[in-house]
Amino acid sequence: MIRFTLTRLGLLIPTFIGVTLLTFALIRLVPGDPIEMLVGERALSPERHAMYRAQLGLDKPLLVQYGIYISDVLSGDLGRSIVTKTPVLDEFAALFPATIELSVCAIVFAVVIGLPLGILAAVRRGTVFDYATMGVSLTGYSMPIFWWALLLILFFSVNLGWTPVSGRLSVMYYIEPVTGFMLIDTLLSDEPEAFWSALRHLILPAVALGTIPLAVIARMTRSSMLEVLGEDYIRTARAKGLSPLRVVGVHALRNALIPVITVIGLAVGVLFAGAILTETIFAWPGVGKWLVESVRRRDYPVLQGGVLLVASVVMGVNLIVDLLYGLINPRIRHRR
Amino acid sequence: MSIRVFGVVAAIAMMMSGAAGAKTLVFCSEGSPEGFNAALYTTGTTFDASSRPLMNRLVEFKRGTTEIEPGAGLASSWTISEDGTEYTFKLREGVKWHATKTYKPTRDLNADDVIYTFNRQWKPDAQDHGLSGGTYEYFNSMGFPTLLKSIEKIDDHTVKFTLNKPEAPFLADLGMDFASIMSKEYSDAMNAAGTPEKIDLEPVGTGPFQLINYQKDAVIRYRAFEDYWGDRPKIDTLVFAITPDAAVAYAKLLAGECHLIPYPNAADLAGMKEDPKLKVMSKPGLNVGYLGFNTEKEPFTDKRVRQALNMAINKPSIIEAVFLGTGQVAKNPIPPIMWSYNDAVEDYPYDPQAAKALLAEAGYKDGFKTDIWAMPVQRPYNPNARRMAEMIQSDWKAVGVDANVVSFEWGEYLKRSVQGEHQSILLGWTGDNGDPDNFLYTLLSCDAAKDGVNRARWCHEPFDKLVLEAKIVSDEDKRSELYEQAQVVFKEEAPWVTVAHSTTNKAMRTGVQGFVIDPFGGHYFDTVELSE
Repeated sequence: MIRFTLTRLGLLIPTFIGVTLLTFALIRLVPGDPIEMLVGERALSPERHAMYRAQLGLDKPLLVQYGIYISDVLSGDLGRSIVTKTPVLDEFAALFPATIELSVCAIVFAVVIGLPLGILAAVRRGTVFDYATMGVSLTGYSMPIFWWALLLILFFSVNLGWTPVSGRLSVMYYIEPVTGFMLIDTLLSDEPEAFWSALRHLILPAVALGTIPLAVIARMTRSSMLEVLGEDYIRTARAKGLSPLRVVGVHALRNALIPVITVIGLAVGVLFAGAILTETIFAWPGVGKWLVESVRRRDYPVLQGGVLLVASVVMGVNLIVDLLYGLINPRIRHRR
Repeated sequence: MSIRVFGVVAAIAMMMSGAAGAKTLVFCSEGSPEGFNAALYTTGTTFDASSRPLMNRLVEFKRGTTEIEPGAGLASSWTISEDGTEYTFKLREGVKWHATKTYKPTRDLNADDVIYTFNRQWKPDAQDHGLSGGTYEYFNSMGFPTLLKSIEKIDDHTVKFTLNKPEAPFLADLGMDFASIMSKEYSDAMNAAGTPEKIDLEPVGTGPFQLINYQKDAVIRYRAFEDYWGDRPKIDTLVFAITPDAAVAYAKLLAGECHLIPYPNAADLAGMKEDPKLKVMSKPGLNVGYLGFNTEKEPFTDKRVRQALNMAINKPSIIEAVFLGTGQVAKNPIPPIMWSYNDAVEDYPYDPQAAKALLAEAGYKDGFKTDIWAMPVQRPYNPNARRMAEMIQSDWKAVGVDANVVSFEWGEYLKRSVQGEHQSILLGWTGDNGDPDNFLYTLLSCDAAKDGVNRARWCHEPFDKLVLEAKIVSDEDKRSELYEQAQVVFKEEAPWVTVAHSTTNKAMRTGVQGFVIDPFGGHYFDTVELSE
């Protein structure tokens, strides 16, 4: 197990170098620079342009810039935003809890709905319910988030008026961030009724973001369940006279869950990608919206640092899933 | 539990209706401010959140117009010397500064604050000059470093600005956001406390609202400033709910989650006008969208070619298709709401036959090949440059001119066009200070041709003489006359096709009263009342 863990950790080093190099290079391949974005239609004299570039350290050769960047990162300094002049790490720390809160709720929504749907579809294989579930989940999987989110808003918020359109909390409350998680902060505050407002604001974005993982989980659970249900030990269990609920819920599900857990782990990366769109639409003050804005402003330090941090989180989660997988399934751990 | 939910819902309903308690106005702003010190930035989004609610300028414009209103700002009066190089401002007395959690002001506004504000942007060794990156783009692009000779304190409430040369638009420049007056006492206190960065993060101003807090990328909250020297705002709390997507902002407006949205989609306007809960206000904007010919390149060196291509374009159909009716045909390079607009100028008629004849006369009987550059982004003066370029392309085809539509990424587009790589280019301008100088000199003078803002690279001596003279003369009638003449010369020489002035639209709940559309694109809430 230790050896397995060390190998997995060792793999992080090349991944880390790859991520820094890619973000650094890609951003600079995009034409335009932060200075031109700042001045717009009014032209800037070449001297002032050069002065600004020097101020931002953009006048040095690319390789030198990369070297400086890497050594800064290794000493824990991700730089400051060109636009707001605040440290990238501080901005990330302030915004990341919002993204986690949204992603966790989306995943919970996806699992709570997706898992039972998948199990039922497998048990009732070939019935109308099975076809309907699989059809709907295929639709959910292919739904563009942008369009789906707007549709949800128009129906639930504008027509029915059940949920707020966007934001994280009604503007009538101001909650001083403690943990950064609105659901927790509202309960800690002296206005606990704000919790309901925070919850209502979470529903639509979590549904919009959770729809694709939900579809994947439902389909994965179904196929994995079907495989397991055909195994000999299931027939044995049934022959023993166990109740169908026990056969499916205990004997089959436990074995069927292994691939499903992997899928959930991998979904974290997908979730962050989806969060960028979801946060933009729902005006959700998280990391995704922050990154989109910094692309537009060519805020190099924010993009480099932000992508690196998000990538680290994804790498971390994948590592944990890998290790968990090893714990659940001894065959992985012992394989050479 | 359900009673609690009900309670919240009811509270929100009461809040939005303003029936009880504090009046809160929610503005669905289009983006996050870059910071809270306007001098460091150039975008309207940032000004809306910083200098406009929180600060004042020495001089300010009469709300809704481009005219300076004496006494509307922090200077109660001013005198300008005979030669136009000395401006002496008398400061208003008893102007209070905002307080923050860690700072309480002990004195009112005085001359030191004014000098501190400008020195910070001007002199590299001045207090706080290098703070927050230290780039003061507007101060520089308005030419202040070369214009200013000295700023002196005459007494506590009198400041004298001396210029190196007469510059008539100077007064209007002082009404711009970068010239918002900041507190020297606050700066001293923060520097002494070792937290100078707070000066720009937790702003202290003299404006009608004070900042309560900003939750990054989500909500900005302001409170009416009880000690404001002018009329106290009619609302108690002002909230900016940052909502980047225009379709979502519209949904929030419908759901009653915000009272006003700044940039509705043109396609949604008809529906908004029909909704009894909403109203739409419109006003011509202070802008121009144009097609500039590179007059240094053949065949655009020939005036007849430029005139012919003007005549070949069907502008009304462009207004219809590109602006969806939210714009008007432009005949002058300055918009009609600006003083000195010359309404007597006649635009080139849409006449492909005449255009063909004129091209033949210039020696291009069989036409020629050229490029039209189209911007990759939406701008207030041109919502869809690509479509506009294609329409011009087909109009020109009819007179034998074969144009190729070219586009680049926005930053690249601006850079290459400054260097004059284009043949003809779509671009535009939104006014900074309401002075015709800010269009006619900034965009069309010989100086501007040198530094590249003049994308037509057009340097025409008779025109240049007029706009240079208008800079020096301080009598407004005389200046107006010079600019009117300049517009006649401009039309005859045709360095641009003046395409359109767009209309500004604001959508709001019907209960919002007293909002005034600002020609500079600002959103001000101190005069707004809620009666829903």
